[in-house]
Amino acid sequence: MSAFHDDDMLVCRCEEVTVGEIKEAIRQGARDVTGIKRRTRAGMGLCQGRTCERLVQQILRQELGTVPEEIGASTPRPPVRPITFGTLAGGDSE
Amino acid sequence: MIKKEVVVIGGGPSGLAAAIEAAQRGAEVLVVDSNLKAGGQLFKQIHKFFGSSAHRSGTRGIDIGTELLEEAEKYGVEIWLNSVAIGLFQEKKIAVERGLDVEDKKLEIIEAEKIVIASGASENAVRFKGWTLPGVMGAGAAQTMINVNRVLPGERILMIGSGNVGLIVSYQLMQAGADVVALVEAAPKIGGYGVHASKITRAGVPIYTKHTVIEARGDKRVEEAVICELDEKWQPVAGTEKTLKVDTIAIAAGLKPLVELAVMHGCECIFDPLLGGWVPLHDKNMESTYPGIYVVGDIAGIEEANTALEEGKLAGIAIAEALDYISSEEAKKLKDETWERLKGLRMGPFGEKRMLAKEQLLAAAEAAKGSAEEHQIAASAGA
Repeated sequence: MSAFHDDDMLVCRCEEVTVGEIKEAIRQGARDVTGIKRRTRAGMGLCQGRTCERLVQQILRQELGTVPEEIGASTPRPPVRPITFGTLAGGDSE
Repeated sequence: MIKKEVVVIGGGPSGLAAAIEAAQRGAEVLVVDSNLKAGGQLFKQIHKFFGSSAHRSGTRGIDIGTELLEEAEKYGVEIWLNSVAIGLFQEKKIAVERGLDVEDKKLEIIEAEKIVIASGASENAVRFKGWTLPGVMGAGAAQTMINVNRVLPGERILMIGSGNVGLIVSYQLMQAGADVVALVEAAPKIGGYGVHASKITRAGVPIYTKHTVIEARGDKRVEEAVICELDEKWQPVAGTEKTLKVDTIAIAAGLKPLVELAVMHGCECIFDPLLGGWVPLHDKNMESTYPGIYVVGDIAGIEEANTALEEGKLAGIAIAEALDYISSEEAKKLKDETWERLKGLRMGPFGEKRMLAKEQLLAAAEAAKGSAEEHQIAASAGA
C-alpha cells in the first residue's frame, strides 16, 4: 500500500531525520537508539527525543527484530528542557 | 547554592501528595513545577473518578487538585512555579531554571537531602504519512486546550486510540462543542472502560476497532484523514480505506515515563511495556536504587491519578521517617495503610496486570539492592 512506502516520512521533527535515513544508519551498523542518534542526530534537537525516541525504537525493532533491552534508550544530558544561554550563564536573559 | 531538606520535582498529584506527607510531619519541602499552577493533570480532569469511596471516587480531578493545593499551603510547602528542573547531578544536586515574578528566569542549583522525582509522562507519538502536519496532536494536548485554556483545537476530530484517555478526551471534546467524527483502535477490542465507551457510542460516534490511521492530508494543516482496516497481523488491508473530513487528529496511544532526571543521577531502570517502557526501579518506600532519590507517579510506571496520590504518600511518609520526623512504628502503620489502599486500586482487569508488573519491579529492585550489597561486601573484603 502506497501509504506504507514511507522512507521520506519524518521521524525526528527537530532535526528533520527521515525513516529512510534511520534505515540507512541501521544498514551502516547502528544497533540501538544511541547508534542512531550518533549517525543521524535523531533525538538531539529541541525536544531531546521526547517525541521521536519511541518511533526510533519501533523502527529498530522492525528492522532488526531485537528486544527493547538491546535497543535501549538515549542517554539524557542536561539541560533536559530547552533554556537560554543567558539563563545558563546566570546573566540577564535579554 | 541553595540547600533544602526535601525537593519534589513536579507538582502533580504524586508530587504534591509526597510534599504534603513530608511537610505535615515537619520536613522543609520545596516543590518545583514547570506550570503556572501546580496540580499537574488534575486540573484537566473535569470528570468524576472511579473506585471505592476510600479512593475519592465520585470526586472530580479538579476538586482533588484544589484540595491538594490547600493542604500544601497549610503545611508550608514552598512551591516554585514556572520553574523547570533541567538536570540532576551527583550528589543530589538539582539544576532548576527558576521562573521569577517578572518574565525573567534564573538558574539555581539546589542541594537536597531527599529528592522526589514526580516528573510524570509524555504522550507517545504515532507515525503515519502526514503526521507532522499542524492539527495532529496528543489527546492530552487537546484536553489541555479545552479544559485549561478553553480553546477548541478543531471542529472535526478523529481520535486515535480507545483507551480511557482516548474515550474521556473524545467525550470532553464533544462537550466542548467539537464534532468527534470517529475513534480508531488498532486492537480488536475497545481499550478503556465500557462506561466511557458507551457515552460515545450512544452519541452516535463510531469506534472502529482493528483500524488505524494511515494518512493525514492537507495543504497547510490537516484537512482529511485516511483510515483503514488491519488484518490479524496488524497489517493494513488494501481496499478498506475510508477518507474522513477532519481538521484535527488527536492521538491517545499511551504515555512514556519521563525518566531523564532519574537516569542522569544513575537510578537503575528496567523495561516493562505494561508500565510504559523504561521505568526506574523502586522499593516499597518508592526509593530508587540511588539512596535518597524517590520516584512516584507516572515516572514509576504509567497508572492513574489515584495510584499516583498513594505512591506520593508512601514516599512522603518514608522521607519523614528517614529524616526522623516520625518513628519507624508510626511510619510502618501509615505505609501499611497506604499499601492497602494501593492494592485496592490495583484490582480488576486493568489494575491486576499493573499490580503484577509492579510486583516484578519491586522484586527486581530487591535483587539490584542485594547485588549492590554483595559488591560492597566483596569490596570491603578485598580491602
